[in-house]
Amino acid sequence: MASGDILHPSSGFETAEILATERRKRRRRTKIQGKLVKWFFISCALVSVLTTIGIVVSLIVQAWDFFIEVSVWEFITGTRWTPLLKPQSFGVLPLVVGTLLVSSLAAAVALPVGLATAVYMAEYAPEKLRRIIKPVLEVLAGIPTVVYGYFALTFVTPLLQGVIPNLIVFNALSAGLVMGIMIIPMISSLSEDAMIAVPRSLREAAYALGATKFEVARKVVVPAALSGIVAAFILGISRAIGETMLVTIAAGSTPRMTFNPIEGIQAMTAFIVQLSLGETPHGSLEYNTIFAVGILLFAMTLLMNLLGFWVVRRWRMKY
Amino acid sequence: MVQSQQESETLEPVAGQSQSDENVLAARNLSVWYGNFRAVRDINLDVKRNSVLALIGPSGCGKSTLLRCFNRMNDLVLNSRVEGQIIYNGTDLYAPSTDSTEVRARVGMVFQKPNPFPKTIFENVAFGLRVNGFKGNLQEAVERSLRQSALWEEVKDRLNSSALELSGGQQQRLCIARALAVEPEVILMDEPCSALDPVATLAIEDLIRQLVAKYTIIIVTHNMQQAARVSHETAFLMVGEDRAGYLVEMDATDKIFTNPSHEQTEAYITGRFS
Ligand SMILES: Nc1ncnc2c1ncn2[C@@H]1O[C@H](COP(=O)(O)OP(=O)(O)O)[C@@H](O)[C@H]1O
Ligand SMILES: [Mg+2]
Repeated sequence: MASGDILHPSSGFETAEILATERRKRRRRTKIQGKLVKWFFISCALVSVLTTIGIVVSLIVQAWDFFIEVSVWEFITGTRWTPLLKPQSFGVLPLVVGTLLVSSLAAAVALPVGLATAVYMAEYAPEKLRRIIKPVLEVLAGIPTVVYGYFALTFVTPLLQGVIPNLIVFNALSAGLVMGIMIIPMISSLSEDAMIAVPRSLREAAYALGATKFEVARKVVVPAALSGIVAAFILGISRAIGETMLVTIAAGSTPRMTFNPIEGIQAMTAFIVQLSLGETPHGSLEYNTIFAVGILLFAMTLLMNLLGFWVVRRWRMKY
Repeated sequence: MVQSQQESETLEPVAGQSQSDENVLAARNLSVWYGNFRAVRDINLDVKRNSVLALIGPSGCGKSTLLRCFNRMNDLVLNSRVEGQIIYNGTDLYAPSTDSTEVRARVGMVFQKPNPFPKTIFENVAFGLRVNGFKGNLQEAVERSLRQSALWEEVKDRLNSSALELSGGQQQRLCIARALAVEPEVILMDEPCSALDPVATLAIEDLIRQLVAKYTIIIVTHNMQQAARVSHETAFLMVGEDRAGYLVEMDATDKIFTNPSHEQTEAYITGRFS
């Protein structure tokens, strides 16, 4: 009898006998299959893990060359960024401030609008309308970022100039606002999913206590979905920090230590693009700034994601 | 449809005047539709103040549907429609001028599965008070409700821990406390013990017997013994030929269980069908 067979052969259960034989045959096959499947999934998972490790290592190695010549402290705290001009200066803060300025503007637009959209979709919109809006939002999320960039530059900026006459052509305001619009679908869609997942029984409990629709949304649905909503916010802001095309096209290429949105700035990503498209020789100190800025960018988005992870864990509500 | 509309017109003033103080709620020619499907038809019944009314009947006969008319919870179901009237202290709950949130503050509800909010024990009980703009001492009100639902001793030291840490039976008593906090006149319970073990079930039944001194309770139950144990009156519903639920009879619980007027009632109670 094959090992692991627990059915007595003379038990008299005919169907069970047949099934046992079949099982025995299959068991050998599935054992090999199981191993193959397992290794297939492991290798798939490894692809992204290894890629991430590869990226981090290559960033570190090449940033190393940079940090041999410029101290980390000087890099992190310096307020002048002129790697391509004499006198050279490698203070990254203007780029960081530029990135944060645009991202904050984007967040200021996208968080309230995205959340409101999600609440409307999850709690108010009739099913028919929901079925129309949802795909429209998804299309919006799929528009190439270069399109958003030129939308900001050639449409939003002139529009804003009508209101703010001294607004220069390349400015943080326009890029930030459009970036906000760009990440709304992502934020609203993820938040909505979190809200839809809140069980109907909780809504009913609140209604049964005399709550209005708005109170149910505000006091029950949003708090219960909070971890998902915060995760959506953080993913959206992460995306804004890493976004490249839009800021390169619309926000300017002048590193400037300013929180004034109507000025031109240079975002970290935009600097990387500028430098890699230029004629700077590979391996030079100037060229290696790419990796120093890159690693900082990586650290910032990683920090955001860790923050998100922590918030989600801390606030997670079972229901 | 036309017929019941006419009836309700003639009934309205009558109901407004003649409903004695004895009855807190009454259904008049009540039918509920889900789209084109009529789930219950032509229900007429009176609910006595400070009594427990049990709704019994086979699955799908419309007990929950009927129950959810008494606090207008069916309003929340898409395409649902109610005909006829629910009279609450002389006013029609379905009159256009009646505010459904007001109704739900006066007629509380406890659900089949305990459904505490993912908040603290305190916040669960305080929820209804906050929503309804309570101005008094929240602490006291929460304690009072928790005492009424016989949960205070078990939770007084951990009011700020999550309600989800409680056992199923405790959660259900918390849901009762939550409903009691806004001091409704009537409490609707839809199979409140169906997810609970026998000990927790008995605790809830004890509670129901105590609460009836102050509140009126309508309870849906599948458990005949439970209906016999806790209720003063019992209404038996059944599914008709047209698949709509209707009221077969309603009477004192003793009578329903010992000497029902209808054969079907007896058949159901003795377990000959379910
Ligand atoms: N939301 C709804 N939409 C459509 N039909 C429903 C809905 N709720 C209940 N029904 C139908 O109404 C009838 C009565 O249901 P219900 O009141 O839940 O019965 P019970 O509580 O007695 O088991 C059933 O046929 C059920 O399928
Ligand atoms: Mg039911």
